[in-house]
Amino acid sequence: MPGIFAFAETRDGEIRKVAHEVVTAARTLADALGTEVHAVLLGGPGTAGAAAELGRYGADKVFVGESDAFAHYSAEGFTTVITGFIQEHGCEAALFPASALGRDLAPRVAARLGVGYASDCTGVEVQDGQIVATRPEYAGKLIAQVAATGTPAVFSLRPNVFLPAENAKAGEVQTLDVSVNQADFGAIVREIKAGAAEKMDVGEAPIVISGGRGLQSPDNFKLLEELADAFGGKAAVGASRAVVDAGWRPHSEQVGQTGKTVAPTLYIAVGISGAIQHLAGMRTSRYIVAINKDPEAPIFKTADYGIVGDLFEILPRMTEEVRKMMA
Amino acid sequence: MRVKSIVCVKRVPDTEARVRIAADGKSVDAAGAKFILNPYDEFAVEAALKHREAAGAGDVTVVSVGESSSAETLRTALAMGADAAVLLKTDGKPEGLAVARILAEELKGREYDLALFGMKAIDDDLQAVGPMVAELLGIPAATAVTEFSAEGGRITAHREIEGGHEVVELRTPCVLTLTKGAYEPRYASLKGIMAAKKKPLEEKAATAGDAGVEVRAFSYPAERQAGRIVGEGADAVPALLRVLREEAKVI
Repeated sequence: MPGIFAFAETRDGEIRKVAHEVVTAARTLADALGTEVHAVLLGGPGTAGAAAELGRYGADKVFVGESDAFAHYSAEGFTTVITGFIQEHGCEAALFPASALGRDLAPRVAARLGVGYASDCTGVEVQDGQIVATRPEYAGKLIAQVAATGTPAVFSLRPNVFLPAENAKAGEVQTLDVSVNQADFGAIVREIKAGAAEKMDVGEAPIVISGGRGLQSPDNFKLLEELADAFGGKAAVGASRAVVDAGWRPHSEQVGQTGKTVAPTLYIAVGISGAIQHLAGMRTSRYIVAINKDPEAPIFKTADYGIVGDLFEILPRMTEEVRKMMA
Repeated sequence: MRVKSIVCVKRVPDTEARVRIAADGKSVDAAGAKFILNPYDEFAVEAALKHREAAGAGDVTVVSVGESSSAETLRTALAMGADAAVLLKTDGKPEGLAVARILAEELKGREYDLALFGMKAIDDDLQAVGPMVAELLGIPAATAVTEFSAEGGRITAHREIEGGHEVVELRTPCVLTLTKGAYEPRYASLKGIMAAKKKPLEEKAATAGDAGVEVRAFSYPAERQAGRIVGEGADAVPALLRVLREEAKVI
């Protein structure tokens, strides 16, 4: 039986956490179907160094394609190499991360192969021999079970949902022949501009601390940033639609139906009442904490734990306690 | 440079809408919901209008695949300032690859510099039709674009990635999918709404093929169990951190 294809995303020669998640999910499918996981890594020269670690997450074979043309991501180049690989080796399913890169790449791969695509899946499993994915729609107001009508099934997986599991097996690393020419690309990444410091992205951080109108002014978001920093680089700051619309925070931090749908291990909603469109974007978080001065705020109905009170007193205390705990 | 854009838009239920599962268990009943022009598509319409205005030449055509009700959505875009609209009328509401194939077929016969999309539709959240159309047409694309400039037949787009953004240079024609950024959508003026009624809206029949994926069943998300208030005020913080560490084991 053809294997399960896992796209292992890298940036600057480093394997991203979502790659571990995708390989782990592929392992689960491969075990259920009795087949192999084929992880593919594409990048500039030097990418091969990162390849071996993927075996630990369950890749039977790791194929590394290096090219000067892949120092940055290229949708067209990556699509050509990946579809070529899939046509040659075959695969039952092709899994991608639902990251900025994966969301750009996976639909192109599906379209070139002439098959369907389901994005941002929160579950993949084998039911009666068929691969079925679970994906939220309407930003989580509904959950769909979807199946591909052709082969392969092309799915992208929501970050943070498939927890990387280590595997005793060491994957075998092979070189993938990449013959692409940058001159053929109609789109070329010229540069990557990092945001202020190397911030965690709200879509991928294990801890998200979101603020709403209760913060009262954009300056007060520094209270959230301090708390996020106290967690030592594991936390990102998020925002409600109201404060993004007011221009207090960038849209890249917005959680909800018109922003990002997130699934961190811990979601802390501060001064957010809990509008349906916000809840839709964070309800798949593992644990939700609400901090609000209004005990009747709807957010408390969704939260696992809550503190009622003045966030301007609670946040500094929390930052102090978390710092002590992390020290 | 002249900027000739085609903006692909979708009619979706409002963000406040409560969507229900239909009797068949695998489709959506949005009866009673207010329908709107997909919010991300508004950024795309605005971007097209801004670039047409800045260039002083070109035009903006809005296209939608859907049932006859989508004509109303196209009128909304015309009222914002688009020049012409095309409804590719289908029975039912096709998704994903099926929509991409209809749009690619329509775009093949047209001349344009930019094919613009919203980064995602807020109903199925697929985020795929834009890049699929680009692939079917064999043209470049950039997704999650916050801002772009057009100069000398080349587009420089800023796309949002984790922790920063990428600067991508594209040749035209190309596909861009827009997210919130430099193009805050304008409100349609009364004059715009009146003018929209007289603008051309062409209807063509389209047939949707296989989308390549089928929904087997819809369900509602599991209700989260009502949690508990661990205390009031700053003094409750140690208790909260204790339950997060010992009960939830998340920190």
